[in-house]
Amino acid sequence: MDLLNLLTYGFFQHAVLAALLMSITCGIIGTYIVSRRMVFISGGITHASFGGVGIGYYLGFPPLAGAAAVAVLAALTTENLTRRKVLRNDSIIAILWSLGMAVGIIFVYLTPGYAPNLMSYLFGSIITVSTTDLWLMLALALVVTAVFILLYRPILYVAFDEQFARIRGIPVMFINYLLIILVALTIVLSIRTAGIILVLSVLTVPQNISNLFTNRFSHIMVGSVVLGFVASLLGLVLSYYLDIPSGACIIFTLVVLYMVARLIKVLIFGR
Amino acid sequence: MSSPLVEIKNMDVAYQKKLVLSKVSLSVFEHDFIGIIGPNGGGKTSLIKAILGLLKPVGGSVKHSLLSSEIGYLPQGNQVDENFPITVKEVIASGLEHGLKIGLGSKRSRQGKVEKALETVGLEALHSRPIGELSGGEFQRTLLARAIISSPRLLVLDEPDTHVDNLFETELYALLKELNRDITILLVSHDIGIISPYIKTIACVNRNLHYHPSNEINEEQLKVYNCPIEVIAHGPVPHRVVKEHIHK
Repeated sequence: MDLLNLLTYGFFQHAVLAALLMSITCGIIGTYIVSRRMVFISGGITHASFGGVGIGYYLGFPPLAGAAAVAVLAALTTENLTRRKVLRNDSIIAILWSLGMAVGIIFVYLTPGYAPNLMSYLFGSIITVSTTDLWLMLALALVVTAVFILLYRPILYVAFDEQFARIRGIPVMFINYLLIILVALTIVLSIRTAGIILVLSVLTVPQNISNLFTNRFSHIMVGSVVLGFVASLLGLVLSYYLDIPSGACIIFTLVVLYMVARLIKVLIFGR
Repeated sequence: MSSPLVEIKNMDVAYQKKLVLSKVSLSVFEHDFIGIIGPNGGGKTSLIKAILGLLKPVGGSVKHSLLSSEIGYLPQGNQVDENFPITVKEVIASGLEHGLKIGLGSKRSRQGKVEKALETVGLEALHSRPIGELSGGEFQRTLLARAIISSPRLLVLDEPDTHVDNLFETELYALLKELNRDITILLVSHDIGIISPYIKTIACVNRNLHYHPSNEINEEQLKVYNCPIEVIAHGPVPHRVVKEHIHK
């Protein structure tokens, strides 16, 4: 069969592995983001990281390394300025969001000649992930999984009620900074596969589908990993046969899944 | 007299650069049951947040010798996200956590304590319900169970009777009175009439703090303390504030 044939291609095997690793990381981190209502912050970090991509092109180091550095910096700045109430939280995010994009555009423009793969950073390209990318994604998936297994309760309690956690002596600052760094790294490594413009949906749509059927943090996490992987595979196959970009296909599949899930919920549960 | 559990001396507290408490002093001793009353915006919540270490005073001092595992707290309901994906049982169990504990499994002893706390607040049937599907009163009971599950030495409650029905309100205060045999309690309320029979002493907070070493207070005294709150009559009793009497 044609589909089985597809699996024998090296690039497709890479893509499936990338989809699996992305689904694990984004399923877990996305649940944290959605539960804590940090979607806008994540959007800010994502777009700010484009500044790093541009600087990478200009100075000639891997754009993804630049994106990682800028994303972590943006995440820490947001967390810090919000905590000190220097500015309104949403204003800080908006400023970092557009500043990062501006810096990225300036440096890409200043780079002599042609910027290769620029589009793949914006829209993602799961078909072209390298072995190095896969190793990095594997490492992050392991770290994120380990952190959430070992620190599940403190993370849940801090996310639910930070003040109460502080009174009970849970190291709230440590948990918050650790998680915001993991959020930033998750975003950056998902840029390779989903792209700056599309990554936000990988972090939110599976969670919202799961949330239609369960209201428990741990169940939403597991459900999101599974749904993310299923949607990625469907999107990937769709993109191959229709010959259209994979990132857009995956997102489109996710949103269609969401609508189907909603419909099922209305038909079965009547609400 | 033994040394106080909490000692506040000449404390100033500011919130977003505005002074909300000025030169406040208060000593809380073991087995105290203090009703903290005062008008909205008078600084009641700021006072307890300073005691709990959530707000840093800009002047004076607040000291206590309690460990983080010895404090129970019930915040005002609007301070937590009621749609957060977490169950009643998980919220209550979070009251046992202190410091940084690593690991996933939950211990037997933890389970037992959670079940006992569920029973105390009458939520056995709802233990696996996500909090988003609770009524206001049920949510408040969940927060109460979380506050008392660790058998704390100091229990701080910020308007625990919000959204609670009359029946549970009576149960709630009877329970607090019972707990007060072992536990020191600070209770913020806007309704001195209801809490008066249960508390031992009163702190009137309106930028300043006036300590009233009795559980009865009249409008005249409230005026002297610069604490303009409405003293509401409950039931057919014409007198404004009831003397301590036994509820059976």
